[in-house]
Amino acid sequence: MSVTPFLVLSALLFSIGAIGVLVRRNAIVVFMCVELMLNASNLTFVAFARQHGNLDGQIAAFFVMVVAAAEVVVGLAIIMTIFRTRRSASVDDASLLKY
Amino acid sequence: MGLSASWLYLIIAIPAASAALLLLGGRATNAWGHLLGTAASLASFALGVLAFLQLRDSPDLQGGLRQELFSWIQVGGFDVTFGLLFDRLSGLFVLLITGVGSLIHIYSIGYMAHDERRRRFFAQLNLFIAAMLMLVLADDYLTLFLGWEGVGLASYLLIGFFQQKTSAAVAAKKAFVVNRVGDIGMALCIMLMFATFGTSSFVGVESGMEQVSAGTATALGLLLLLAACGKSAQVPLQSWLLDAMEGPTPVSALIHAATMVTAGVYLVVRSSYVFEQTEVAQTAVVIVGLVTLLWGAIIGCAKDDIKKGLAGSTMSQIGYMMLAAGIGPAAYSFAIFHLLTHGFFKANMFLGAGSVMHAMNDEVDMRSYGALRGLMPITFVTFACGYLAIIGFPGFSGFWSKDKIIEAAFGENLLVGLGALLGAGITAFYMTRMMIMTFVSEKRWAKDAHPHESSLVMTIPLMVLAVASVFGGVLLLNDWIGNWLAPVVGEVEHHELPLGLTELSLTIAVAVVVFIGVGIAARMYRLDSIAAVPSAGVSPLTTAARRDLYGDAFNEVALMRPGQALTRGLVTFDDRGVDGAVNGLAAVVGGSSGRIRRWQTGFVRSYALSMLGGSALVVLALLAVKLA
Repeated sequence: MSVTPFLVLSALLFSIGAIGVLVRRNAIVVFMCVELMLNASNLTFVAFARQHGNLDGQIAAFFVMVVAAAEVVVGLAIIMTIFRTRRSASVDDASLLKY
Repeated sequence: MGLSASWLYLIIAIPAASAALLLLGGRATNAWGHLLGTAASLASFALGVLAFLQLRDSPDLQGGLRQELFSWIQVGGFDVTFGLLFDRLSGLFVLLITGVGSLIHIYSIGYMAHDERRRRFFAQLNLFIAAMLMLVLADDYLTLFLGWEGVGLASYLLIGFFQQKTSAAVAAKKAFVVNRVGDIGMALCIMLMFATFGTSSFVGVESGMEQVSAGTATALGLLLLLAACGKSAQVPLQSWLLDAMEGPTPVSALIHAATMVTAGVYLVVRSSYVFEQTEVAQTAVVIVGLVTLLWGAIIGCAKDDIKKGLAGSTMSQIGYMMLAAGIGPAAYSFAIFHLLTHGFFKANMFLGAGSVMHAMNDEVDMRSYGALRGLMPITFVTFACGYLAIIGFPGFSGFWSKDKIIEAAFGENLLVGLGALLGAGITAFYMTRMMIMTFVSEKRWAKDAHPHESSLVMTIPLMVLAVASVFGGVLLLNDWIGNWLAPVVGEVEHHELPLGLTELSLTIAVAVVVFIGVGIAARMYRLDSIAAVPSAGVSPLTTAARRDLYGDAFNEVALMRPGQALTRGLVTFDDRGVDGAVNGLAAVVGGSSGRIRRWQTGFVRSYALSMLGGSALVVLALLAVKLA
């Protein structure tokens, strides 16, 4: 079974996620797009693991999932706090940390 | 080697301790500071006499009294012992320094009585005495250098004693700077000695001198001469001495006439073993001495300031000593002989000038003096003794010493002898001029001047010095001075006189020249009345002499202006070149960082874009490498 369709799907998902991060302002949506990119890379890992017939890629995918889960916890907490103080979830509004 | 004497250090330590006590003691010592200073100087003199008698009574004690104090510098093969040497040469100097020094201390009690900083003055005088004794008692050029710099410091402090006067402060600085030029010669000489002999002690250098090359010997001799020129105000480093007269008159008498300025002569005579190996340096010493003796004498002829006139004369007389020291074994002892008699009569005349100034409200212009002999009989008589001594009036001390030097000069070279003879005539001229303008002629006093004789505390030192000026010639009896110094500088050699001259005919010639000089001065200044202001329209030579023979002008044009131009150039280069490069770099970094800072916008999405772009670039680069 060819690995190509998986890679094409993965690339599509990654591109959608990247474009979403760049063009959307809502922090929650940006966050979801980041998740999309992570899962696109997971798909690549798993596809290659399957092709090579060993578990290395699957283990890597597990690591990514664990990190993503932790990141979601911290990220959502930060977004919640920002929303409470500024009444906005727009990433462009939170631009105080600059020159 | 000589006998060791454990108390020798006290000669230096007593005035040094007194100076330290008076400087650190503050106002508490004001009341008795001058007495302590004088007592310290007298104590030093007493110890000097004791040492001198011990030296005289042991004819086999030719190495002198010695004391090794401690190991001063010890680094590998570099070993300097701090030792003192009281031999026949330094013995004479110790007696001169402490003897004349003590008299000047006593005189200063009266002279400085109305100065509120008198205690400080005595502290600095003691400091000078200690440093000068260090200079002559050292047994190593490095320890000698310690005293050498010490007298430089004391001289600086004392010239600038009236520090509220700008001219005094400037003169002190000038003396210090010019002396520094000579000190460079001394420092280089000591370094060369270490490099050549591995030691700088007198004994080590003397024993090593025979093996060195002619070039090294000449270099050592010329460096010593440079050092001597600085300290002894010889041409070309003469310009500081006339300005040094800004100091109080006792200082001029002690430092700038009798003792410190003779340090150069001491150095040359002490280093006779160096000069004997090198004809070139010896000739250079003779030329410097000859030029300076005429130079100083010509300046002395045109000065209306009594102290500057005496300063020109000092320069000239030290020129005589230098000339004698350059001639070699034929005249070393006469150089020292003249140094001693000059110490007496010049200190006498400087103190006499101080006494006159004291009486005339510190007026120094001789055109405002005149007819003082009646009102100041003691000053007049003592000054006259010094006057007759310096012009070489037969029988007075200067007659014997100067005559011997002129004789040795003729033995060396006819031209040098004629120069020295001419100098004697000029000396007679300017001293007679000074004598007439000050003590004889008519009154030309300022309106508020009420001249009076000085107090006894000032006139007693004058009397003692006057007696010494008259009878100083006894040192020549039975050739005592030559025999006394023979262990240090060698036996006196006798040279044939040119043109079939004999000693007697030469003595008569000197006397005739002196009387001609006196006669011309008497004709010029006794018969005509003396104008209150110097006459204009005088000969170019007189104009030049009034301006110190353009010594300062030459220094200004040849050294000061190029030096200033150089420093200005360097400052400009530093400002524009060095600072420009550094500041320019900083400006570039600062400016670009100000621009780059603007990239930090705070917008997360723009950071994300640059991250994505960067990652894409990295991937492309990897691909490019892979495919290539």
